[in-house]
Amino acid sequence: MILADITQDLYLNFIKEDRYLWLLDGLKTTLLITFFAAILGIILGFIVAIIRSTHDKSGHFKILNAVCRVYLTVIRGTPTMIQLLIMNFVIFGSVSLDKVIVGSLAFGINSGAYVAEIVRSGIMSIDPGQTEAGRSLGLNFTQTMKLIIMPQAFKNVLPALVNEFIVLLKETSIIGYIGMMDLTKGAMLIQSRTYNAFLPLIAAALIYLALVMFLTFLMNKIERRLRTNERK
Amino acid sequence: MSVNKDKVLIEVQGLQKAFGSNQVLDGITTDICQGEVVVVVGPSGSGKSTFLRSLNLLEVPTGGKILFEGTDITDPKVDINRHRQKIGMVFQRFNLFPHKTVKENIMLAPVTLKLMTKEEASAKADELLERVGLPDKADTYPEMLSGGQMQRIAIARALAMNPDVMLFDEPTSALDPEMVGEVLELMKELAQSGMTMVVVTHEMGFAREVGTRVLFIDDGKIQEENTPEEFFGNPKNPRLKDFLSKVL
Repeated sequence: MILADITQDLYLNFIKEDRYLWLLDGLKTTLLITFFAAILGIILGFIVAIIRSTHDKSGHFKILNAVCRVYLTVIRGTPTMIQLLIMNFVIFGSVSLDKVIVGSLAFGINSGAYVAEIVRSGIMSIDPGQTEAGRSLGLNFTQTMKLIIMPQAFKNVLPALVNEFIVLLKETSIIGYIGMMDLTKGAMLIQSRTYNAFLPLIAAALIYLALVMFLTFLMNKIERRLRTNERK
Repeated sequence: MSVNKDKVLIEVQGLQKAFGSNQVLDGITTDICQGEVVVVVGPSGSGKSTFLRSLNLLEVPTGGKILFEGTDITDPKVDINRHRQKIGMVFQRFNLFPHKTVKENIMLAPVTLKLMTKEEASAKADELLERVGLPDKADTYPEMLSGGQMQRIAIARALAMNPDVMLFDEPTSALDPEMVGEVLELMKELAQSGMTMVVVTHEMGFAREVGTRVLFIDDGKIQEENTPEEFFGNPKNPRLKDFLSKVL
């Protein structure tokens, strides 16, 4: 009897009308937004981090540094949800733009602020002697940053960075508020049809969990490879 | 290994450096000629390290001039990176790149700056590792080395650029006592090969034996400079006498 009930529930929630596709389509949107937002976040974050740490060390980039600080304060001081709504209804309120772009922009700009502070802490954690050694050999600022500071800083902040992308992945679940169907919204849609909350929501949760576990697994692999130069 | 008095490599004119209201260097003037081994001594906080670090502009002077091979490198319009390629520097704390192997440490700058091909730099690195007595360490990471070995690699890394002058900032101060000798020995060989050197150190034995000239810096000024024999045998400045009585 119970087995029959469960089979019936599974059929209703996932098979009928191909409802599992709502989850899969939603997952595609979630991954797409997370991917583009992460790329944008990394680019913004590294630029801001380099400007800020260079300013802290040498006093250059006064104006750019002030701009960066405003960016960090505003983004970190307001809820992601509000930023998303403003991006959709205020900034792009009167233009029709692909929502994937709107979402990626909102989440990317948001993530960039957190990435910036993570990367900056990584840069600041590197002994100033490393920069001096690079510069004394005749390398310019960019070469020193790229070949000497960044590889070491990146290794130090990798766990924090991956953590930020895990947060980002999960935070995209609010994108339903601007009318996009992501994984979460897909699950809610099934729920609204079947009046069953348990199965679709648990299914969505399991998919998020699997994604996060995969990210963690990847990070551990990269970390192990980066640690080849340390005492075993 | 003879000093060529006609060929001035570095001309320091009235060098000043202030950190805020703290005047660390207060008008230093001296010439460093080709083949000289100038040893700089002085009490801690006297400005001797700042003086050395000014020579390749790791510290930007607040006054005076530094002419390196005839060019005023304190001029902001000068491409300092090009001149730094010719000024090797060895640090107290080695500052090897921990994410690179020993050989990569040595090859990094010449290859990045396109002064050598990878093959040339690799051959040069092998030759230098042989010279500093660590040919078997090419593929190890710096963390696996002892302090003395790290400093010898750091010297090799600076030499890979074929510098015209080498600056040493207390190269043995961070070393365990039993490792000081191997580094000083290498520096002595380097001096005998004719390398122009400026060495900030507390090793008075090295100053006496290897130096061609010794500078005593205190209060941001050169208080006395002389040949090692005169400097240690017949010091004139009262502060130098006081200093020597404490360290010898």
